[in-house]
Amino acid sequence: MDSRDRVFDDRTPGVEHEESTANFLSYTAGLGLAILATIGSFIVSQTNLLWAPGIPVGLIVLAFAQIGVHLVFFLHLGSGPDNTNNILALAFGVLIVFLVITGSVWIIANLNANMMPM
Amino acid sequence: MTIATIDRVPTAVPTELARGRGGGGPAPKRIVVAYGFWIFILSDIIMFSGLFAAYAVLSGNTARGPTGRELFDLRNVFIETMCLLFSSYTCGLGALSAERRQSGRFLIFAALTFVLGAAFLVIECSEFAGMVARGAGPSRSGFLSSFFTLVGTHGVHVTGGLIWLIYLVAQVVAKGLRAAVLRRLLCWSLFWHALDIVWVGVFTLVYLMGDFR
Repeated sequence: MDSRDRVFDDRTPGVEHEESTANFLSYTAGLGLAILATIGSFIVSQTNLLWAPGIPVGLIVLAFAQIGVHLVFFLHLGSGPDNTNNILALAFGVLIVFLVITGSVWIIANLNANMMPM
Repeated sequence: MTIATIDRVPTAVPTELARGRGGGGPAPKRIVVAYGFWIFILSDIIMFSGLFAAYAVLSGNTARGPTGRELFDLRNVFIETMCLLFSSYTCGLGALSAERRQSGRFLIFAALTFVLGAAFLVIECSEFAGMVARGAGPSRSGFLSSFFTLVGTHGVHVTGGLIWLIYLVAQVVAKGLRAAVLRRLLCWSLFWHALDIVWVGVFTLVYLMGDFR
């Protein structure tokens, strides 16, 4: 058998290359973790479990955790070499999203602070 | 070469054997299609980031109208979240069945996905109708304009996803699970999972941040 017979393809998000049981387990584990994160954020927002000024931070942390769970278990984005293209594109998207959101909030907060009193 | 005898894919793949990265020839069509659609999804998420930024800036500008705390019913939001989450799960299981050419199981999972997505839309529409009936429509304040734009755009995406799912199920029934149909299904499942990711941002920023304490 020639070594050329075996070709390694890039991965695409959303496609799992493992065995069938691992597949099903991956989706089920993702579902369980995402439910935990969702229930956690509703509990954090509705109770005094966290120190009140820390609640937004707790909610943001739980949201990022849940987005990570979705990316890894549902979209099957991993750290392997076959995922490099997908991760690079995602990293660029995250950079733009970060710039748009924090830039807008920062600029408008600054304008508000410098408004003349009505 | 010993590569051919290794069962599992090694972590460091020699470049000359890796298709789509120079030496191994062009990447298969499936990889190219899904990568292109992944770029589209990322650009769609960047569009949503503009709407998120607008909401973050305008959420305090209620113009003496109703605030989020008075309007939002978190029990409904939790049910909506669970609908989308479980539909993402059944969408994943449907994609698995399609990969294994089990069209019967695929149709069952597609139907479950559709019902859960439609339940999400019904709850969201009744929430919107209730708010408009209370005089809290999009023209009431800057807060409500940005709320309806952000949440409504997500709802329009879910509607588009459901219509796309009907079209794909018709293709599976008419043409069977052939390669071209599988590629379209892959793109659709990416779209559906991405909508769930956007919803995580929506329920955190809009509903929970607007209604804690």
